[in-house]
Amino acid sequence: MARSAKGWLAVGLALGVLVTAVGVRTWAGPVRPAEVRVGIVTFLSGAAAAPFGIPARNAAEVIISELNAGRVPAPYNTPGIGGVPIRPVIIDEAGGAEKQVAELRRLVLDERVDLVIGYISSADCLAVAPVAEELRALLVMFDCGTNQIFEERTYRYVFRTHGHQILDNVGAARYILRIRPQVATIAGINQNYAWGQDSWNTFRDSMRKLKPDVRVLAEQFPRLFAGEYSAELSALLAARPDVIHTSFWGGDLESFLIQGLPRRIYERSTLVLTTGDTVLPRLGQQIPPGVVIGARGPHGALAPNVPLNRWFREVYTNRFNVRPVYPSYHMSQAIFGVKHAYEKALAANRGAWPTKEQVAAALRGATFDTPSGTIRMALGNGHQAVEGVAYGITSRFNTATREMELTQVFHFPAECVNPPEGMKSEEWIARGFPGARCP
Amino acid sequence: MNQLLIIAVDGLVFASWLFLVSVGLSLIYGVLRILNIAHGSLFAVGAYAGASLVVAYSTAGLWAPGALGVLLVAALAAGLVAGPVIERGIIRWTYGREPVMQLLVTFSVFLILEDLTKLVWGVSPYYAYQPYQLLGQVRIGGIDYPAYSFLLLLVAALTGVGLWWFVRRTRFGRVVVAVIHDPEISVAMGVNLSRVYVTTFALGSVLAALGGAFTAPMISVVPGIGVEVIVLAFAVVVVGGLGSLEGAAAGALLIGLVRAAAVHLLPVLELFTIYLVMAAVLLVRPLGLFGRVEARRI
Amino acid sequence: MNLPRGALGVLLVAALVVAGLVLPRWLVFLLALALAKGVAVLSVVVLMRAGLVSFGQGLFFAGAAYAAGFAMRWWGIREALLLVPWSVGLAVGLGALAGLLVARYRDIFFAMLTLALSMVLYGVLIKAYGVTGGSDGIRIPTPTLLGLQLSGDDARLVVYYLAVAATAAAAWAVGRYAAAPAGYLAHAVRDNEVRVAYLGAPVSRIVYAAFLLSSGLAGLGGALTALNVGHVDPGLAYWTTSGELVFIAVLGGTGTVLGPLAGAVVYELIRSYAFKYAPYAWQMLVGAAMLLIILFLPGGLWSPVERVWRRAQG
Repeated sequence: MARSAKGWLAVGLALGVLVTAVGVRTWAGPVRPAEVRVGIVTFLSGAAAAPFGIPARNAAEVIISELNAGRVPAPYNTPGIGGVPIRPVIIDEAGGAEKQVAELRRLVLDERVDLVIGYISSADCLAVAPVAEELRALLVMFDCGTNQIFEERTYRYVFRTHGHQILDNVGAARYILRIRPQVATIAGINQNYAWGQDSWNTFRDSMRKLKPDVRVLAEQFPRLFAGEYSAELSALLAARPDVIHTSFWGGDLESFLIQGLPRRIYERSTLVLTTGDTVLPRLGQQIPPGVVIGARGPHGALAPNVPLNRWFREVYTNRFNVRPVYPSYHMSQAIFGVKHAYEKALAANRGAWPTKEQVAAALRGATFDTPSGTIRMALGNGHQAVEGVAYGITSRFNTATREMELTQVFHFPAECVNPPEGMKSEEWIARGFPGARCP
Repeated sequence: MNQLLIIAVDGLVFASWLFLVSVGLSLIYGVLRILNIAHGSLFAVGAYAGASLVVAYSTAGLWAPGALGVLLVAALAAGLVAGPVIERGIIRWTYGREPVMQLLVTFSVFLILEDLTKLVWGVSPYYAYQPYQLLGQVRIGGIDYPAYSFLLLLVAALTGVGLWWFVRRTRFGRVVVAVIHDPEISVAMGVNLSRVYVTTFALGSVLAALGGAFTAPMISVVPGIGVEVIVLAFAVVVVGGLGSLEGAAAGALLIGLVRAAAVHLLPVLELFTIYLVMAAVLLVRPLGLFGRVEARRI
Repeated sequence: MNLPRGALGVLLVAALVVAGLVLPRWLVFLLALALAKGVAVLSVVVLMRAGLVSFGQGLFFAGAAYAAGFAMRWWGIREALLLVPWSVGLAVGLGALAGLLVARYRDIFFAMLTLALSMVLYGVLIKAYGVTGGSDGIRIPTPTLLGLQLSGDDARLVVYYLAVAATAAAAWAVGRYAAAPAGYLAHAVRDNEVRVAYLGAPVSRIVYAAFLLSSGLAGLGGALTALNVGHVDPGLAYWTTSGELVFIAVLGGTGTVLGPLAGAVVYELIRSYAFKYAPYAWQMLVGAAMLLIILFLPGGLWSPVERVWRRAQG
């Protein structure tokens, strides 16, 4: 009897705690809002708008309107986020890190957005991440490349749903050795700022590790947005390397390609364009056969043939008359990651609207489907995604898609081109890629 | 030896481009005493006009070399519309104000034009590479150069000679020289100052647009190309001496050659070349290579 | 209504102190940013009084901001009251060196030479990747005040009050300078340098002194910006940053001390609202606003206030 009384007491206590807990939660927890306000920060002006900012904004617009209409294939076929419509608040990323820090504060404190998806520039990402943490605001970075963010400190409210620049350039090195194992000399032309410097260093160091006798013939670093590469092209032509690596993007990449064509740079060297996917739909036949094309992950022309991707390509192309490129895919990863996390938190919360902390907990270490395949939040304590990377080489012009077709497409899985959790990228490369599992 | 030849060619090619994009700035400064920041947006407008006209022309499948003429027409149209509108509508209200104010007025015009070009042409890039690839290649020192680069050299040379002829040999040109030397006396002698100003501004705008239009075939024409040109053009003009045509040519040559040498021999310095040349020249010749000392007014 | 000028200053400082407590937090942050920028704008105004327009204040602005960053990174100094003087001192040192070079130049040549110097710093910051973090910049952790650890809202508020205090000090210093012989002589140099020289005043020393003061003020603005934003990057040395300072100086008006500060606040607000309501055309709005002010309010935004003030004073 005593025992059973004790048992009853325990049950009663447990129930009491539960009821209070639920009661407190429904009392203190957030109520289901009329809309989920999502701040979206992307370049609407300046040189990064056309190649990155606008394709990303377009992706956000089309995905959010399709989500709100409930027209996205499974597993995202419920309308909005848990039935609540999403309302984007779009902001220009121009103006520098200082301006963006002020704008993030305004978005969170004045516009009262529930979370922010944004940032293409690495400097902006580095500047706003601590601010989001200070404001306890959910921030999902969708396109910036630097590997520093989660390697230097840990965050609670900050996430990145795409891989960083390491995978582009380690992947490029591995791909080159696969298609041209006899490569003896390399050269690089990269923009003179962190993205260009990081990309070239990663590629060069990876090549040296993977094939120690490789020689570097030229390292060109023209000014960002220089637009005129006559002298650099001469230097590269005179050096005659087997492979030329470039992480150029946007107008700079297009200008470089246009100026390189009549100078027959393609006949002397194999060009590796780590962001080449963005120019495929634009330059068409201006890109000759034999150029190595990357997409900073399995995006665009290199995206997997899964239902989500087929849907994404179709709705995007129907609305904007051009196919989505990798920044559009990066945006889709951020939005689907957020929807996944919210709905996971909702389910864990038994339908009650989750707090920011619960959403963050749900996104931490999550695995979710996107048009680029399955994304795993595997690094930085579950805050940094890993992706595989794919490379291909241009072969012939396809008159139906009006793009160069890619052949010898090879997909490197995430474990092959990302450092393991807890190890800095630089160290990982210097030690010869410990733990990398490549096919 | 071969490398020196390549450096010389690269330097010359870049210098001709620099001259084209900066000579209009020097001309406007020489006559109006205004450093026109909107020069960069006029360059962009020229590039957009040239690119969109070439695209239309090429799609129509007309005689291919005609595209070069189309570029010229685009530059003339862009400059002759934008120039007078800006001068009559805005700049003329600032004559006699402090130079800083005038500078900031042109900066405001620049900001407005940046967004206006976006409204007119959108943010998607324009490509007009047809003329660039039309003329084939020239092989120098074992590497290929597009013949278009040498066409650019020719255009720059013709522009320079044409301007020189215009200023030295035509009646209007002499009036302009008179205004440069002394606007007050010129007016007293019956010169219609506002006509000289609007004509010069239009001519300077045409030159900016010309630089843009002939750059369009070798680049992807995107928003933001104007900003990059401003500082380059400023540097060229300051190195050469403000308001001097010969100076613009000399400044372009000096910067072009130094930069080409840096790219080939010391790529680390490429980012600094322009500013180092500018600082070095100003330290030795405070008014630039061809700058004239003005009479001190007490 | 016969208030002395000092009383107006005290009133404004009191208003700013209250503003820190009642305004929403994002606006307080924006205000701190605007004040920091306002101090840097004062540095432009000091030179403008001497007839010089600098397009290279970014040299000192960025120099001081990075100085704060390095002091934190290398020596672990996080005390705001040490960081600010150190950064300002470094900026003045830079100014003493650069001044030797540029003090002989006038007009557009002065502008272009200062621009070139700041762009060389920009290039170095981008290039010296291992030291400066390149274009990614470096993070500035939250400072301490008198050894007190701060975090979150408290830290923001402390940095804001630091900005208010520094701005008040800077405004007072510039006011004193303008009323001192050196300031009057600088004004005279602007009006007619040759006459000043003929009268026996040391023109180059006057200009050099103005340049030193200006570099210190720009450095103060840079240090405050760094502490407030929590991140520095080479964009601070880019010529558009310096150009923006000149832009705000004209917006606010260069005749007074309060004008530039008011200009900075108005500019930040215009830009913020333009971002909000016209994300696709904010440059056009800023440009148009600027054009209207230059054409219709030649003395700057502050000039009508000044006129009313003068009238009230009789």
